[in-house]
Amino acid sequence: MFKAIITVIQRDLLIAVRRRAELMNPILFYVIVVTLFPLGVSPDKSFLSQLAPGVVWVVALLAALISMESIFRQDFDDGSVEQLFLSEHPPTILILGKVIAHWLITGLPMLVIVPVMASLLYIPTQAIQTLFVTLLLGTPILSLIGAIGVALTTGLRGGGILLGLLVLPLYIPVLIFATSAVGAAIDGLEYSGQVAILGAGLILALLLAPLAISASLKISMS
Amino acid sequence: MWKFIHKFSSPKYYYEWSGKWVTWIGGLTLITMLIGLYWGLVIAPTDYQQGESYRIIFIHVPAAWMSMFVYVVMAVAGFFALVWKTKLSEIVVSECAVIGAVFTALALITGMLWGKPTWGTYWQWDARLTSELILLFLYLGVIAIHSAIEDPRVAAKAASILAIVGIINIPIIHYSVVWWHSLHQPNMEIISESPSMHPSMLYPLLLMAVAFKIYFVWLLTIRMRNEILSRERTTNWVKNVLKEN
Repeated sequence: MFKAIITVIQRDLLIAVRRRAELMNPILFYVIVVTLFPLGVSPDKSFLSQLAPGVVWVVALLAALISMESIFRQDFDDGSVEQLFLSEHPPTILILGKVIAHWLITGLPMLVIVPVMASLLYIPTQAIQTLFVTLLLGTPILSLIGAIGVALTTGLRGGGILLGLLVLPLYIPVLIFATSAVGAAIDGLEYSGQVAILGAGLILALLLAPLAISASLKISMS
Repeated sequence: MWKFIHKFSSPKYYYEWSGKWVTWIGGLTLITMLIGLYWGLVIAPTDYQQGESYRIIFIHVPAAWMSMFVYVVMAVAGFFALVWKTKLSEIVVSECAVIGAVFTALALITGMLWGKPTWGTYWQWDARLTSELILLFLYLGVIAIHSAIEDPRVAAKAASILAIVGIINIPIIHYSVVWWHSLHQPNMEIISESPSMHPSMLYPLLLMAVAFKIYFVWLLTIRMRNEILSRERTTNWVKNVLKEN
C-alpha cells in the first residue's frame, strides 16, 4: 500500500516535470499579485510591514486555489480517476498520494518564494522563519480542502469561480491562525499556540479530507 | 421501525402524509408567531439601556438560532442522502440550503439594523457577525454547487458532501473567528446581546424561537411538496394528484 502511494506520487511528479513551463505559473502568479500591493496601496515601509502577513497569506490562498484546479482535470478527462477506484488499493490512499504530489508541485515552490516576497514587503527577519513554518503546515491543508472542492466541480462548466465559492470560506481558519502567528512573531510574542493549531488542523485534514475527496470523485463520475 | 422509515422516505407516501398536516402546521405557525410578536413588540417592557430598538431581537435571535439549526438539519439529511440514498433526504438538503440562507440573511440584516442605533454603525467586524457572514457564504456555496449540476440526484449528493464538510468546519471557523476577534480588537467589548434577560423579555423570545422552528417545518414541508411534484411529474400518482385538483 505504501508502494502504491509512492507510485502515484512518482507518476504525477513525472508528468509535472515533463511539462516544465506549467510548474512556474503559480510562482509567477504569486510574485505578480504581491507586487500589486505596494503599487495599489502604498510603498510606505511601516504601512506595508503591517499589511504584509495578511497579504502574503491571502495571496497564498488565491495561488493555492488557482493551482488546485489542475489536480484532477487531466486524470478526469483521460479516465485515470476511474482507474484509481478500480485498483486493489483503497482509493483514499491513492488520492492522498495525488494530493501530496500536487502539493509538492505547487505548494513547495511557494515555501521558497513566499519568504523572498515577504522580505520585499518588509516583514522583519525574525518573523520569516515563522512564516515559513505556517506555510509548511498551512499549504497542505489548503491542498487537501481544495481537492474536495475540485473533486466536486471537475466536469462542470464554470468550475473555476464555483471552486472559489465553495472552498474559500473553508480556508478562513488557516488564514486566521497563520497570519496571527506571523503577526505575533513580528511583535516578538509567543506564537507556538497558533502553530500547534495549524498542525492539528493538518492532521485532521489528512485523516478526513481523502474520504470526502473520494466520495466527491465518485459523485462527479456518475 | 425501519419499515416505517423506509415507507416514510418514499416521496409519494410523504406527499400524502404531509398533505394532511401542512395546513395545521401553517395555522400553528400563524398563532404562535402572532402571540409571540404581540408579546414581544407590545407587552414586553422597554429596555432601559437600548430603549425600543432592542425589540428587534425577537426576530433577530430566533433567526440566528435557526440559521445554525437548519445547517445541522441539512448536514444530517445530507448524511442520510449519502448513506441510504433516500430521495426525500436529498430534497431536504436542497430545500434547507435555501431556507437556511434566508434565515442567515435575515439574522444579518436585523443585526445590522439593530447595530446602527446601538453601536452607531451598521457593520462591525464582531466575531458573531463575522461568523454569521461566513455561514451565509457556506450556504451560498451549497446552493451554488446544487444549481451548477443539472441532474438533481447528483446535485443533491454533491451538496450533501459540501454540507457535511461544512459542519465539521463550522466549529473550527467559529472559534477561529472568536479568537481572531479577541486578538485584533481587544478593547471592543460590546453590550452582550442577552445579558441574563429578565423573564418578561425571555419568555416572548423563547416563544418566538418556537414559532420560528414551526415556521421552518412548515416552510420545509411546503417546499418539499412542491419539489416532489416537480421531480416526480412524469409518474402516474402525480398526474392523478394534479387531476384531482
